[in-house]
Amino acid sequence: MDGFVVLAILETLVTAASSVQTFVLKSSNSLSKLYIESLRKMLPIQTVTLIPGDGIGPEISTAVMKIFEAAKAPIQWEERNVTAIKGPGGRWMIPPEAKESMDKNKIGLKGPLKTPIAAGHPSMNLLLRKTFDLYANVRPCVSIEGYKTPYTDVDLVTIRENTEGEYSGIEHLIVDGVVQSIKLITEEASRRIAEYAFEYARNNQRTSVTAVHKANIMRMSDGLFLRKCREVAENYKDVKFTEMYLDTVCLNMVQDPSQFDVLVMPNLYGDILSDLCAGLIGGLGVTPSGNIGAHGVAIFESVHGTAPDIAGKDLANPTALLLSAVMMLRHMGLHGHAKKIETACFDTIREKKVLTKDLGGNSKCSEFTADICRRVQDMD
Amino acid sequence: MHTTVMMAALTKALKPILGRHLGNTAKVFGAAVNSQRGKPTYTILHLWPSSVLKGQIIPPPAKYGGRHTVALIPGDGIGPELLNHVRELFRFSCVPVDFEVVHVNSSSTSEDDINNAIMAIRRNGVALKGNIETNHTMPPNHKSRNNLLRTSLDLFANMMHCQSLPGVQTRHKNIDIIIIRENTEGEYSSLEHESVPGVVESLKIITRNNSLRIADYAFKLAREKGRRRVTAVHKANIMKLADGLFLQCCKEVASGYPDIEFDSMIVDNTTMQLVSKPQQFDVMLMPNLYGNVVSNVCAGLVGGPGLVPGANYGRDYAVFETATRNTGKSIANRNIANPTAMLLASCLMLDHLKLHDYANMIRGAILTTMNETRLHTADIGGQGTTSEVVQSIMRIIQSGGPLTTEI
Repeated sequence: MDGFVVLAILETLVTAASSVQTFVLKSSNSLSKLYIESLRKMLPIQTVTLIPGDGIGPEISTAVMKIFEAAKAPIQWEERNVTAIKGPGGRWMIPPEAKESMDKNKIGLKGPLKTPIAAGHPSMNLLLRKTFDLYANVRPCVSIEGYKTPYTDVDLVTIRENTEGEYSGIEHLIVDGVVQSIKLITEEASRRIAEYAFEYARNNQRTSVTAVHKANIMRMSDGLFLRKCREVAENYKDVKFTEMYLDTVCLNMVQDPSQFDVLVMPNLYGDILSDLCAGLIGGLGVTPSGNIGAHGVAIFESVHGTAPDIAGKDLANPTALLLSAVMMLRHMGLHGHAKKIETACFDTIREKKVLTKDLGGNSKCSEFTADICRRVQDMD
Repeated sequence: MHTTVMMAALTKALKPILGRHLGNTAKVFGAAVNSQRGKPTYTILHLWPSSVLKGQIIPPPAKYGGRHTVALIPGDGIGPELLNHVRELFRFSCVPVDFEVVHVNSSSTSEDDINNAIMAIRRNGVALKGNIETNHTMPPNHKSRNNLLRTSLDLFANMMHCQSLPGVQTRHKNIDIIIIRENTEGEYSSLEHESVPGVVESLKIITRNNSLRIADYAFKLAREKGRRRVTAVHKANIMKLADGLFLQCCKEVASGYPDIEFDSMIVDNTTMQLVSKPQQFDVMLMPNLYGNVVSNVCAGLVGGPGLVPGANYGRDYAVFETATRNTGKSIANRNIANPTAMLLASCLMLDHLKLHDYANMIRGAILTTMNETRLHTADIGGQGTTSEVVQSIMRIIQSGGPLTTEI
């Protein structure tokens, strides 16, 4: 925690110093730049675990690294691979180097991972979730100016419980032709996610938190979830708390998404609603996402697929991974750098000159990245 | 003593004649017992063959002297006022339907009210209902009344037709989707228990019988209405057994309808596609909870909860209501609710009762008011009141023909 405070202070000092310097030493431009450089070198470099992923993963990770370098963000990348290996006892686990790196750095950035079919091991995302107890999935959905969708005023955050609920994976064949799937809701997990939601709302100046549920039908399970949310709401009187049925949220979301702020919900509803909101702003190619785990671990990721058909052809769109990386910077307290990179990215999209194919243009990924790098450098 | 001997002899003599019927009777109860060398084997019939149905007792239609009787359940919120408008409109248009009104008090803890309503629907075969409020702070043994109604009457299919109306301003145009949702099982089984304090389990039940039944209903409906594609919505990548079974049943039924294309889509991708490109969907088929989400999203896309009617069909009964089942407490009794959904639901009911002429007359008048006269209520951006809209519909019906009473 002290590191972050020091970092924040140093950052403000640097920005203050740079603004003073540009004003006073305007004639000796190169000298001022050297001065700023030396100040920047004093900022502690944070190491972040980078998991490039499969398919288009490596190229978009390279793009993000280039942009961060251009923005001179104090981030050092440690690349790791997370292909599942069979550990002692026959259980599938992630490679120990990857786990060690994550535990040390606490912050990670992940590209898309291939879901294996008939590989014998569960999906990598599930393994990561279990290994680091990533209990909250946060997806801020903000309408991107320049990427037109029928919905123009979206500004909401979906916080989804990621460990239990309908996706607990407990299913049984009772008799031939009758299957039951168990939805698990526990007090502990509900309290944890509610607390995270209110903390997030407070830290990001959000005005209200809405719990989404279906307690009229699933009285006990969603009832427990709601009770915990209400209890936690008592401790956060500065944030408004409301509850709404899932169907009402869906109905109102497609008619007027501007009425929602922070939404907190169990696993299944969160899955559906977070993808619904991603659809409102333009799809998974432009949506950032972060997973928060126990013990301060946070992994930020792009939620789109690996797109094997365009892998290696320099056609991929790095926006999702870039915006997730910006979310990561904000989480680490580097708001200045975050704002710079985000503005550069949005400006590039707004200009519509070097858009990748999925955004409606026909430029290459490298051209798009280069444009953002140029803008970032011009901002200095 | 000798009567039993005589009876035995009689049965033996008549066995060749009675034997066939006895065999059929055994099948009616859902299982055919075949004894092979003394070891009984059971086969459960998942589809009731029509020959068997002929032997079943189907309730006679509640029609006397050319007039039908329909159960009416006002419910809460905007239900009572909208159903009053329906009754007014029917009386004005001389529709030969009488209503048996059954009130259900949502705040009482006893189940007598809802049981009376269910009995009324069994008597009449058809019902028109408003939504009954469920107070979710009540303990778990107080079940949702609407859910009780649906499961007791085995209304297994919920059908909702979402169509873009030209007179209503929406973000997406040219939407024409039929949503068929399994109505009785899935996540709405209301089977929950607290194993350990702080750990609650809720069961989601999927059965082969019901999945086959709903898939069959969907494909039959698609064929009847000349639709070309049926999309099954599921989450079988995560819930492998439950939604896997549902998907497998859909595929089995699809193979029997080669003229209709069948594909499947995962529910989160479906919602994303619905908000970006809803025109790609034709008929959608899904289990209970996803049906709730998708039907509300589609209702929102075509203009809101006040525009879409819904129908719940069972083998013997049919209940008609608004598609999104809202109580509308905040707008109740203020004369601002949109009557379109409830009136279109009553037209669906008239179609079900085979009173097609009346149904088309009323539906035409509603659509004229919506699209040409552009008299809209507040929820779709207009300034009209409920009664103004209903009056306009009545005027259009009157100008259409002679068969009406005084306004």
